[in-house]
Amino acid sequence: MLRYTLRRLLGAIPTLLLVIVLAFLLVHAAPGGPFDDERALPADIEANIAAAYHLDEPLPMQFLRYLGGVLRGDFGPSYSYRDYTVSELIGRSFPVSVQLGMLAMLLATVVGVSLGIVAALNKNSALDKVVMGFAMTGISIPVFVIAPVLVLFFAVKLHWLPASWTGSEGGSRFLLPVLSLALPQIAYVARLTRASLIDVLSSDFIRTARAQGLGTAAIVRYHALKPAMLPVLSYMGPAVAAVLTGSVVVEEIFGIPGLGQLFVRASLNRDYTLVLGVVIFYAALIVLLNLIVDLLYGAIDPRIRRQ
Amino acid sequence: MSAVARIWARMRTSKTVVASGGILFAIALVSIIGPWISPNEYLTTNFDNILRAPTASAGHVFGTDDLGRDLFVRTMMGVQVTFVVAIVASVVSLLIGVLYGATAGFIGGRVDAVMMRLVDTLYATPFIFFVILLLVVFERNLLLMFVAIGAINWLDMARIVRGQTLSLREREFVQAAQLIGVSTPRIIFRHIAPNLVGIVIVYVTLTIPQAILIESFLSFLGLGVQEPQTSLGKLVNDGTKQMEGASWMLLIPGVLLAAILLCFNFVGDGMRDLFDSRRSQ
Repeated sequence: MLRYTLRRLLGAIPTLLLVIVLAFLLVHAAPGGPFDDERALPADIEANIAAAYHLDEPLPMQFLRYLGGVLRGDFGPSYSYRDYTVSELIGRSFPVSVQLGMLAMLLATVVGVSLGIVAALNKNSALDKVVMGFAMTGISIPVFVIAPVLVLFFAVKLHWLPASWTGSEGGSRFLLPVLSLALPQIAYVARLTRASLIDVLSSDFIRTARAQGLGTAAIVRYHALKPAMLPVLSYMGPAVAAVLTGSVVVEEIFGIPGLGQLFVRASLNRDYTLVLGVVIFYAALIVLLNLIVDLLYGAIDPRIRRQ
Repeated sequence: MSAVARIWARMRTSKTVVASGGILFAIALVSIIGPWISPNEYLTTNFDNILRAPTASAGHVFGTDDLGRDLFVRTMMGVQVTFVVAIVASVVSLLIGVLYGATAGFIGGRVDAVMMRLVDTLYATPFIFFVILLLVVFERNLLLMFVAIGAINWLDMARIVRGQTLSLREREFVQAAQLIGVSTPRIIFRHIAPNLVGIVIVYVTLTIPQAILIESFLSFLGLGVQEPQTSLGKLVNDGTKQMEGASWMLLIPGVLLAAILLCFNFVGDGMRDLFDSRRSQ
């Protein structure tokens, strides 16, 4: 297990490095400098600013300086929020996004797995068709369509729930954003669970358990569920990435001051350092979570470790 | 090509695939013919006629937006963009994915290991954020966005094509070609590629919904298609701002986008069930 863990850890490093190099080069390929304005600055002031931000150094030096900063958690200053560093902005907005994301993942897993089990145990029945039809629809409706439609019905028409984050308190403001984020993931998880549980239920060891007189509930609970969860577990990495991407639009729609909203604002304002920092932060987060999923996978399934 | 004819014949046996494909075809047709027949232009504003609900009698079947522009013509324009994205992204992912996968699979050994390691690495990177970065750094460029979306989707294709090529490489007709001294690029193009057509078509249909989703997502954020041009994602965003008084501005493009994605998903799923023997047991 230790060797496996080490190998996975080492495997994540090139990915992260590639992300940082690509993102850094892209931003530095941008036409014009970060301090270009309508009115040109006097040459000596421009030189001073360039020196202050180390923009006069050769690109490889700038990259090493940036990389060193990133490793210490310092992403440099923000260009559009003048008195803040990128790290401060990320640190301030990330907690809200984490809450949203974790609630959405929890909801997606619990509801998705339950629906999948129900559909698998009633394979090809009307109930199965209804659940799978719902799942296909859930996959096909983009987050940025489902979120405003939920607002339209539950907030604007029925007045049951608040339409926006600011100006409301308590848990009810979580409900619509979390539901919008979770719906497509519920659909994916339900489909995966159903397919893999049907697969497992047709294997020999389940037949043996059945021959020993075990009931369906006990078979699913003690024998089938654990192996059937492996594909679902390996989907958790992409699911987290999808929830992160979804949170970008959901936060924008509901006016939630999270990382997604920060990212959209930074993109539209062309705040290069902030966009760069958030992209690297997102990438590191996704790589890290994939790593955790891989390690969990190895811990549950010994066959993986030996490969 | 006989492979295409065989796929066509098999596709027609699945009711879901035929029905979804038919709906997609109808939507595409209306989106091309509709604006041509309609007396309205996508650009023309009419401030005496803003936020008009959909009615057939006033000549605006999908209503008008907050600038009095006809939403039918604008929505059809968005549908056109969606289909263009589907086509461009498929072509790009096809070109890169098939060439890359076939090369890695055919050469094999250390080259294969390195090439697939790169695919694994790219797989773990959050591409969507890179596309956003790309669109932030360079001017909002439609072609750039289309190509970037296609370039995201080639990874799956490369993996599948590589797997298929690995098994094709061992077949007698390929070994016979090698024996009589046919060059490697020629073997890949003339002997391997034609045998990949089936599986490639199936997986292209599976990647199309993802490409459409990315385009509409970017346009929703205001990073994709720009005014006065429009796309379904952008129309949904416009609708979100007006939903209290003019819910049709949100619902019509939203439902249409979901319907198109649903049909593509049904076609892709149905094709996989028909052609992927591993799944159809």
